[in-house]
Amino acid sequence: MYVSPVREPLISGEKSYSKVTEDIYAPMTGKPGKLWFGGLTLALIALGFGLFSIFITVWDGIGTWGLDRTIGWGWGITNFVWWVGIGHAGTFISAILLLFRQKWRTSINRSAEAMTIFAVMCAGLFPLIHMGRLPLGFFIFPYPNTRDVWVNFNSPLLWDVFAISTYLTVSLLFWYMGLIPDIGTIRDRLKNGIQKKIYAFLSFGWTGSARHWARHESMSLILAGLAAPLVLSVHTIVSFDFATSVIPGWHTTIFPPYFVSGAVFSGFAMVLTLMIITRKAINLEDYITKAHLESMNKIIIATGSIVGIAYITELFIAWYSGVVYEQYAFVNRAFGPYWWAYWIMMTCNVITPQLFWIKKIRRSFAATFVISIFVNIGMWFERFVIIVTSLHRDFLPSSWSMYSPTWVEVGIYIGTFGLFFTLFFLFIRFFPVIAIAEVKSVLKTSSEKFIKKGK
Amino acid sequence: MKEYWRSLEDLLPAEEATQEKKSSVVLSDSADSSKNTRRDFLKYFGFSIASAAVLAGCERPVKKAIPYLIQPEEVKPGTANYYASTFYDGAEMVPILVKVRDGRPIKIEGNDLCQMTGGSASARVQASLLNLYDESRPTQPTLDGNPIRWEDVDDKLTETLASWDDTKEFVILTPSIISPSTKKLLADFKAKFPFVIHETFDAFSYSALRQAYKQSFGKAIIPSFRFDQAKLVVGFNADFLGTWLQPTVFGRQYASARKLTEGQREMMRHVQFEPIMTLTGSNADERIPMAASDEGYCLNSLYLAIAKQSGLMVAAVKGPDVIDKIADELLACRGKSLVVSGTNDIGIQTLVVEINHLLQNVGQTIMVNSPVNLYQGDDTAYDALLARMEANKVGAVMFWETNPVYHAPLSSRTEEAIKKVPVRLAVQSQQTETALLCNYQLPAPHFLERWDDTELVDGVYTLTQPAIRPLFKTRTPQENLMAWAGFEGTYYDFIKLSWKENVYNSNLSKGKQFENFWKVSLRDGIVVDTKKSGETLTYSSANIASVMKNNSSAKSSNDLELVLYQSVPIGDGTLANNPWLQELPEPVSRVCWDNYVSVSPAFAALRGWSQGDVVDVNGLELPVLVQPGQARNTLAVAVGYGRSNAGRVASDLGKNVYPFVTLKNGHRLYTIPKVEAVATGGTYELAATQSHHSMEGRALVRETTIAEYLENPAAGNEMHEKVEKLHTTLYHEHEYKGHHWGMVIDLNSCIGCNACVVACSAENNVPVVGRNEVRRSHEMHWLRLDRYYAGDTDNPEVVRQPVMCQHCDNAPCENVCPVAATNHSSEGINQMAYNRCIGTRYCNNNCPYKVRRFNWYDYTGADTIPNNRVDPAGMTLDLKRMVLNPDVTVRAKGVIEKCSMCIQRIQDKKLTAKKDGRQLSDGEIKTACQQTCPADAITFGDMNDPNSKVSKLLKDARQYGLLEELHTLPSVVYLSKVRNKDKNKTLS
Repeated sequence: MYVSPVREPLISGEKSYSKVTEDIYAPMTGKPGKLWFGGLTLALIALGFGLFSIFITVWDGIGTWGLDRTIGWGWGITNFVWWVGIGHAGTFISAILLLFRQKWRTSINRSAEAMTIFAVMCAGLFPLIHMGRLPLGFFIFPYPNTRDVWVNFNSPLLWDVFAISTYLTVSLLFWYMGLIPDIGTIRDRLKNGIQKKIYAFLSFGWTGSARHWARHESMSLILAGLAAPLVLSVHTIVSFDFATSVIPGWHTTIFPPYFVSGAVFSGFAMVLTLMIITRKAINLEDYITKAHLESMNKIIIATGSIVGIAYITELFIAWYSGVVYEQYAFVNRAFGPYWWAYWIMMTCNVITPQLFWIKKIRRSFAATFVISIFVNIGMWFERFVIIVTSLHRDFLPSSWSMYSPTWVEVGIYIGTFGLFFTLFFLFIRFFPVIAIAEVKSVLKTSSEKFIKKGK
Repeated sequence: MKEYWRSLEDLLPAEEATQEKKSSVVLSDSADSSKNTRRDFLKYFGFSIASAAVLAGCERPVKKAIPYLIQPEEVKPGTANYYASTFYDGAEMVPILVKVRDGRPIKIEGNDLCQMTGGSASARVQASLLNLYDESRPTQPTLDGNPIRWEDVDDKLTETLASWDDTKEFVILTPSIISPSTKKLLADFKAKFPFVIHETFDAFSYSALRQAYKQSFGKAIIPSFRFDQAKLVVGFNADFLGTWLQPTVFGRQYASARKLTEGQREMMRHVQFEPIMTLTGSNADERIPMAASDEGYCLNSLYLAIAKQSGLMVAAVKGPDVIDKIADELLACRGKSLVVSGTNDIGIQTLVVEINHLLQNVGQTIMVNSPVNLYQGDDTAYDALLARMEANKVGAVMFWETNPVYHAPLSSRTEEAIKKVPVRLAVQSQQTETALLCNYQLPAPHFLERWDDTELVDGVYTLTQPAIRPLFKTRTPQENLMAWAGFEGTYYDFIKLSWKENVYNSNLSKGKQFENFWKVSLRDGIVVDTKKSGETLTYSSANIASVMKNNSSAKSSNDLELVLYQSVPIGDGTLANNPWLQELPEPVSRVCWDNYVSVSPAFAALRGWSQGDVVDVNGLELPVLVQPGQARNTLAVAVGYGRSNAGRVASDLGKNVYPFVTLKNGHRLYTIPKVEAVATGGTYELAATQSHHSMEGRALVRETTIAEYLENPAAGNEMHEKVEKLHTTLYHEHEYKGHHWGMVIDLNSCIGCNACVVACSAENNVPVVGRNEVRRSHEMHWLRLDRYYAGDTDNPEVVRQPVMCQHCDNAPCENVCPVAATNHSSEGINQMAYNRCIGTRYCNNNCPYKVRRFNWYDYTGADTIPNNRVDPAGMTLDLKRMVLNPDVTVRAKGVIEKCSMCIQRIQDKKLTAKKDGRQLSDGEIKTACQQTCPADAITFGDMNDPNSKVSKLLKDARQYGLLEELHTLPSVVYLSKVRNKDKNKTLS
């Protein structure tokens, strides 16, 4: 196959099929290192703290959070939106890039998808525990009952329930679909034992026959087709939580596209943060290369710029609307008591990603790592700014108030990091971080070895 | 072969074993077990399943509801009874109706047969109900700390009185007695025991006012004031809408003189001179900050200006311009004006009487011939009593609901004097500081547990009747006296007899026998003898020259002075141990649960203080509150706080400033000249329910001036028409085939007294959350009074707005609730299904009015999780829970709640009408806030009924919806405020 000479190889080094398998399988064999144990312990401690904070919240009440009569949502929903946003990169990479036949996705899709699932799990926690009466949370499902009560289909919170649960299901299926051939590979490499039995069960009898491959391919395509609109719909619906309300700063039609691009933006940043560490930690530098980095950073520039334009549009529309409440909301964002949050958001989300226009920076792992963290912080503040600064000073000045989180809210946030990383550490130990089969499928067209030959 | 045995049975001889088996046949059926058939198995199986099921069903302990053996005649389960009674706490007297459900008083309403109050009640009257269920009340008599039986108390006291040393006095110290029967009883008691001396002590002194009338009219009286008859009211340091004399009555008069809802073309004008921003001052059309020490100077100038123009020959002294202008205005309203002062200074009060006399107001707005019997205390008499105590001339003192140790410590002189009295009796319904010094603790019942009567103004009688049997081993002071004197019968008999002899007459009887008259009086609670009138008093000039000389005639220096005032919720502090009152924000500062030192913004800037800084004022550390509108060099602190022995709630809340009170010319003076204040460097967070005080230029409270209003009734409300023009919607609008409930709030009438807030809390079981929770903005009030300042910080204009759920027809809360827990009724009410609420708080976020309240913690004990209650005020104690309204759900943790427009009242009246087979009549349903409002600012009714009062008010050009531009279509509508002032010309 002809490969354009300007195309960078996606896999460096002299790789054969078996080498690929060995490289990627390596971190799963032998005793896990100290780094892994240390990381898992830290994650478990954070998770434990989070669980304790959740216990306090449910036992004593939402009063243990810093919310008040004016500010009904704070860190909880900020974290929810943030985590959902993080999740978006996985689906974007696996579904949309698959449909667009982007080969560079093969090295990163597995871990990005895993991240999606874990992030959505973290996100899903918040709408649950922010409820005042968690044990009655099942009321939110439209189940038939003798009391003739039904849910309110007008409420965006209900749409959220469907959107998030669909998203989690489809993402999980998609991820698992991709895993099946690799699980088969692992099964075949294992000697007898309980481990082999487990992987044999998980591989669903995968033999690698042509018929299996054909079905796998078509199923992947179908799921990609299902997941692609979800990338757009999930965060659109999350944005409806705000957009359909009357609160100045929330009541904005720009929210759906702005939230979706923000989500992809933050998701890519998070993938980068994790990937840069992982490739070093488990020696996958040959598979995750500067080419990958550059492609992802380009998406960050694109989505980051959309977000920046959205910010400026919001300001313009607030002024142009002539509505005093709307105007005040935006002046208050920039110059009110939470000015610092606004300017952190502006700096991290609008200014830092623009550095990627410089080739040196977008091809530097170190610089990308730093910027990706900035973007993560900036996107968290974006949600904080939208939620808290809009609520704390709305229509009637008599009710205006201030918000700061309590240790319980911080604890729950730390806890979600604990959950995320616990799952991530278990994932890199028990499943291949890179989709072995998919990388092999692009080996002959995009690896360093073959591209050189093509010359 | 050796024989191996496996068990004892094998080893023992065969017969023995069988014998043993036989003997156990009786005990068990094991002998037959071999004969068990399949049928038996099924039987046992079936039985055990059935019994398991039955046992499982009986797991919970059985609680038996025991019915009445003899059903009380009046108690119908689920139906409320109302009993007419009277509230009197030594300060204010308000005729009331007590709502009793299943034997428990659960709500106090004003008695609408009373013309003075018109069925309204103040915040303190509403809240006084909770003092009944106060767990800190003294519960049984004790002597030197040991419980004692009432019989023994009687024996001891009878003996003491029988063997009395006649050289000593037996002093009974009471608050002002307004009960004719009690007065008679005291007279009888004194007749039997000549050494008994009755002294009157008021918690907050008004003795200078009485003495001033004594100087000018020859008798120490407090006249009836008629604010409703005045066209111009000039107040000097008198918070007559909040605390001065009879705020409920005055509030009603004041609002009625300023109403514009029935096409009135005139409204009373109110000018207020005051050192601190009081509730009254914040309502004034014009308000002039004045240092308390300048009051004498201002009144001297005013007197001179008026005297000069009235043709009295007085040397011309040029006063301040503003006083001259006021003098002109007052002279133009001769006989239709009223000047009042709240300062307990004989010189000032005398001058005020003289000014009113010159203005011919006496007999017009000041009725000296129908004096009010409140505040009979005389500070000079109290001073003399202390002197007698100090001289060991008092052998016994009975503190009858009086607490002088707290209210007039006079630098511990009171305490020292009391300690010199050998026998000290505390006859009190609440814990007091004075009781700590007493050897006899003789608990008295709460006023809802006893009989009494009152005569507030000559010829206006009311009865106090018990609404519940005494909760504790208490006895009224009257019964004590009767027992000790050996009088026959009960105090009830005594009152009845006294009414028969003194009240019952041909004028009142209207042909009825006394028994009949008594029953009707008891039902009505109030009897007015129009023919009985007070003594006719005639004016005799006081020595005005010497009075004016004594009043400081020049403007004061720049010394810092401290003003002590009564706050609207707490007043003099008598009812301080009341969670509803403590949680009620002070109407001006919107701070609750503490007192503080308020300072003017200019002074705070000068000293570099900001809100929450702790300063030391003459040795007392208090947090600062920066109060716009306060006179520059004035510090002000509310009395009534810092109770050291008041009970669980009030003890150690705030600081006690009564020790600062000194005597001036024999009167307790609440202004302390020359105080020192320094910052301590500490900070203290005040529990404020509002932290932002500007409307930010938003059209929330719309206002205009009277001139503009007369020209265009929609003045100031032009926006309404614009918004109405844009009224359109894509969606179908609600259709209301039956009722469509609506509420109109007249901002021109509302005086901001906050009575509605307490009424709402009592009616709707609104939780009390405590100081820490209020600091975190977790307060739960369904109704709040927003207060905004406008203009100059040194003397801002103030507006107020009661805000509760607006029951929007296009409610933003309704469509965001995922479980439809909040929805719209067919009668236009936005309703909450508490059981359905899962607590996402989305509705609260989306409510533009922020009137929804979330149960952040388990405030009520309705939560199923144990040990997580947040209840600093003890509201979940069994005793206090008796106050709960059984018609309103107690909300659990994690649930949103809000104003329901008193849906239980609507439903109740609808059912009554249905049972009677008639249409609901307009005005039949009254919400709790509306019912208690002294100003009649709130009207509730059916907007679908074209003849209802609400429908008529909706045609007023002043009407608008709060945030109507959002198209929420609120069912609560406001009428804009009108100020009686010239827009371009102000006094100051």
